[in-house]
Amino acid sequence: MGSFPDIRTKLGDYVDQLVSFLDSSLEGFFDFIFLVSSRTINGIDDFLVWLPWWLFILIIIALGWYFKSILTGVLFGAFIFLIGTFGLWEDMMTTIAIILTAVIICLLIGIPSGIWMAYSKGFSNVMRPILDAMQTMPSFVYLIPAIFFFGLGNVSAIFATLIYALPPVIRLTELAIRGVDKEVIESAQSFGSSRLQMLRKIQLPQALPTIMAGVNQTTMMALAMVVIASMVGASGLGEQVLVAINRIDIALGFEAGISIVFLAVIIDRITNGVADKFQKHRGVN
Amino acid sequence: METKVKLEHVSKIFGAKPKSVIPMIKQGMSKEEILKKTNHTVGVYDASLDIKKGEVFVIMGLSGSGKSTLIRCFNLLNKPTDGSIYIDDENIASFNSSQLKKVRQEKIAMVFQHFGLFSHRTILANVEYGLEIKNVSKEERRKIAMDNIESVGLKGYEDKYPDELSGGMQQRVGLARALANDPDILLMDEPFSALDPLIRREMQLELLDIQERLQKTIIFITHDVNEAFKLGDRVAVMKDGRIVQVGTPEEIIEEPANDYISEFIKDIDRSKVFQAEHVMIKPNALVSMKDGLNVAVKEMEENGISSVFVVDRGRHLKGIVTIDDAIKGIKEKKSLEDVLRNDVTIVKKDEYVNDLIPKALESMFPLAVVNEEEKVVGFILRVHVLSGLVSDDINESEEYHG
Repeated sequence: MGSFPDIRTKLGDYVDQLVSFLDSSLEGFFDFIFLVSSRTINGIDDFLVWLPWWLFILIIIALGWYFKSILTGVLFGAFIFLIGTFGLWEDMMTTIAIILTAVIICLLIGIPSGIWMAYSKGFSNVMRPILDAMQTMPSFVYLIPAIFFFGLGNVSAIFATLIYALPPVIRLTELAIRGVDKEVIESAQSFGSSRLQMLRKIQLPQALPTIMAGVNQTTMMALAMVVIASMVGASGLGEQVLVAINRIDIALGFEAGISIVFLAVIIDRITNGVADKFQKHRGVN
Repeated sequence: METKVKLEHVSKIFGAKPKSVIPMIKQGMSKEEILKKTNHTVGVYDASLDIKKGEVFVIMGLSGSGKSTLIRCFNLLNKPTDGSIYIDDENIASFNSSQLKKVRQEKIAMVFQHFGLFSHRTILANVEYGLEIKNVSKEERRKIAMDNIESVGLKGYEDKYPDELSGGMQQRVGLARALANDPDILLMDEPFSALDPLIRREMQLELLDIQERLQKTIIFITHDVNEAFKLGDRVAVMKDGRIVQVGTPEEIIEEPANDYISEFIKDIDRSKVFQAEHVMIKPNALVSMKDGLNVAVKEMEENGISSVFVVDRGRHLKGIVTIDDAIKGIKEKKSLEDVLRNDVTIVKKDEYVNDLIPKALESMFPLAVVNEEEKVVGFILRVHVLSGLVSDDINESEEYHG
């Protein structure tokens, strides 16, 4: 009597058909993306593994020193050394390679989209619900089409990471460009700046601190996806966590887990430090 | 003087369909009626102005009167909904974007209320900006920028950032940045409102100083009557988007167009607006050196005055004779020259009443007013100075003289 009537919409089926259609009709396109992404990841990964371990630690110490303090640098170096002693050195490098690739692609897509949204109200209105959906859709759900398009492996992981980590940098870029002081814009206009000059010389530099906050967020979210992404075959630290869960291996789980935490802390402090450097002299107006 | 900027029936409407409101304005509907009927805000309502080359033209009004909207029409930061804006006889309202860019780069620069400085650039890079946009070579723009930084008194600060400077200094940067472009027209949108009173006064004087040197056409916005009358060669008063009166400060004070303006100027310090020539009396008696004492006495008796100025042939002041001295001189058979006194205070005809007060108090004789050629054009009694401070009609005081 009170039960829901027997009506079935087949939204899920339509999406299924759409994904199959995309997969077959845009095969070349997906192959191209696959090739570029996997080459990038492997390139970065190979390079990082090739680096002598002590040099990598020195670089991390130097970054920490430059952006925070010598103490922070030494602490960061100790974290990295510790991860090495867990026997997770190469897994860490793979994870860093995946995150770096994902973040680079995020910025390449995200910053121009954000700028466009700031300029065009219409585009902004279209994008906003899409960004909301990207952020709230459970991340496991888009792992499925990722496998369809790219098969199991690191590229699928990048794809899933992109969807999850892209929104903050887009949103904050839009916010940052829109938030540039009106009088500053007017004064640049009053000198006869072209649109490009305005963007390059005024809006982007003025917006940079906020954009950097977006980059920081995006990076952290990419890192948060590491474990989930390993379900579609991403290697690295996330894979070790997954293995530990399957084997109920507390020791490995903790070591891999704390390694991710260490990476998170280091990446967060360094990107924050970059933002702070830009923030100087931008408090006015 | 030739016209530099001319506005013809400029209106600026804000809302969904601004153009649709123009016919209503032409029919003479009021701002309130239009807002009620169409939900459009009238920023500027049918403004026509004629601004002369080299003058400081002040647009004065309270907040919401449309003055900031109007000034942004001069460089099309606000594109007027209707009307024409002529700069050097070219209607810039019809310009395309590249023509407009050129006008902004070459003819017109703007100074902003909150300075509008680029916080990520050094002072030097801020001042260089306009030249950088025009692709002026690095060496040249550096040189021009440094000259302008020096001329506003900020030498040594060029490598600082705006947030390291005080408000007054920041506005100097704003001014230097605008002047670096060497524009014909300088738009100043309440440039000194954000500064404290002491700095404001200093900046006002400095602006007058700069204007003396450079002779730009300056369009200056303010809500402060005293500032308007101090700086403006002519002043336009705005209310509700309309220009209600245009005139010299003296004209506006003497003949306010309506009650609103009377109320507005009630608190004005008249002593800083009126000049000697506005309160002086034209002398109907002057004695020349060759006339002699008898003529002097006769002149004084005929005009019922107790002293008279003595001038040479070119109307240059020689001194003053009092009636007592003259009669005594005749008795003692002295000449006019013998009894002539020359402790007369001479004032220029453009000296402000404010500055006349101490002189009038100290002098025992009327103040002699001279023009640019040092010729005597009038005299001022203490009572005239006083009446200049309060009276609506200065000439009423004529009956007191002598």
